[in-house]
Amino acid sequence: MKPFAYLRPGSVAEAVRVSAERPESHFLGGGTNLVDLMKLGVESPGLLIDVSRLPLDLVTPTDDGGLRIGATVRNSDLAAHPVVRERYPALSQALLAGASGQLRNAATTGGNLLQRTRCPYFQDTSKPCNKRAPGTGCPAREGAHRDLAVLGHSPDCVATQPSDMAVALAALDATVHLHGPEGERAVSATEFHRLPGDNPDQDTVIRPGELITEVVLPPPAEGAFSLYRKARDRASYAFALASVAAVLTVRDGRVAHAALAFGGLAHRPWRARAAEDVLRGAPATEETFARAADAELAAAEPLRDNGFKVALARNLAVGALAELTARADRSG
Amino acid sequence: MDTIAWRDVTDAGEPPPSDDRSTFTLHINGSDRKLTLDHRTTLLDALREHLGLTGAKKGCDHGQCGACTVLVDGRRVNSCLLLAVAQEGAHITTIEGLADGDRLHPLQEAFLERDALQCGYCTPGQICSALGMLDEAADGSPSYVTEPGTAAAGGPVPLDAEEIRERMSGNLCRCGAYPRIVEAIEDVAP
Repeated sequence: MKPFAYLRPGSVAEAVRVSAERPESHFLGGGTNLVDLMKLGVESPGLLIDVSRLPLDLVTPTDDGGLRIGATVRNSDLAAHPVVRERYPALSQALLAGASGQLRNAATTGGNLLQRTRCPYFQDTSKPCNKRAPGTGCPAREGAHRDLAVLGHSPDCVATQPSDMAVALAALDATVHLHGPEGERAVSATEFHRLPGDNPDQDTVIRPGELITEVVLPPPAEGAFSLYRKARDRASYAFALASVAAVLTVRDGRVAHAALAFGGLAHRPWRARAAEDVLRGAPATEETFARAADAELAAAEPLRDNGFKVALARNLAVGALAELTARADRSG
Repeated sequence: MDTIAWRDVTDAGEPPPSDDRSTFTLHINGSDRKLTLDHRTTLLDALREHLGLTGAKKGCDHGQCGACTVLVDGRRVNSCLLLAVAQEGAHITTIEGLADGDRLHPLQEAFLERDALQCGYCTPGQICSALGMLDEAADGSPSYVTEPGTAAAGGPVPLDAEEIRERMSGNLCRCGAYPRIVEAIEDVAP
């Protein structure tokens, strides 16, 4: 690891100012991904700006009945928050599906969104990788890509975005709030992560010097149930092969509202708009759910060894929507 | 804590603070320790290499095995992924801080009683993780396998074997002592 300076700013404004002045700097949250990447030589900041003690550690209601989540709220605290558990269960479950108890105690909301792909070539500095070293190539396309993308990939990159939390935020229509040298702005959680295109070194739309200050959830859709389901290689403590966050409102046997996002399939949480179009107004049956999942996954372009992900994602989505329909039935 | 002999190498002619080093205090097992360390030093390396506390183990050094688990301000964390300098002022509990003199902590007793180890390398991390985990469940924190609605009013989450396995999944045991680790923790769980 290369030597680095360390600074603990007293305010968001100071953090952003120093970040703009020192392009070799990196914000430090819980460090569960960044410190690891520094050990691997993937990241080598000259200055760490430790933002983990900034006063961004609160979860508070918004005026319109939504929820404001500070960027330094720890993943475990957010998952256990009574309002998140009751009104946004998909978010609580997604957080609890990620990492381990120890890691969730350290990881922050902002840091979780900015974690890097676990593509083995990205994490190995002896290998080419367009995301880590632009222009060097993508060995994953023909190499070990079983865990990688089936949707939205490019000739330059087939990495997947690893966060479970981000998938739930995409389905819940959250917004990510940023504070940067040019002021504040908000970005939809579905647009925060981007597709790789020909510049996969950019995971997100965040600009140099910008700091995530909070994530805002709108009020839950009326009468909606939500959940998060994840398929992985072992029962716990593994990244998703495929996952789904689903939000569903059923009225008189028909889908009144649906929001669906896939994880583990693409360079960003994959909001399933084509599936939602099929679902809206249709009978809440497994036949509809399968048709909706197929409509979305028709866009899939599996690589040599990861075609199984398409069927996995389809079955996860159908199962999740059926489970939410059963819950709606039980609640009358 | 008087029985623990500190091996403090920070006074042994190390260079003074600079851009790449800082002087700060950690509260470890009830004692204040002032350190001047390179910013690259993880909490695990500070404990093992600078303070002589070798109970927390370096397994993978990448946050994947849990052998380095300690408690920071009462919460279990992977000390290999925390920078020591970022823990300034924190209260840290390691496996060395659990016993009350010669009286072992109930979790330590349970691991002995159940023979919940073979080589023992992961055991300090398992026990520190279990300690943090029991507090999390007592505080009503759910896990991925907790039925929605359980302890929603804030009461403790009951711990059966499935809950313990899920909550302890961040601690690997290459000897495969998992069944007895779960039994030992069940013995101590309320």
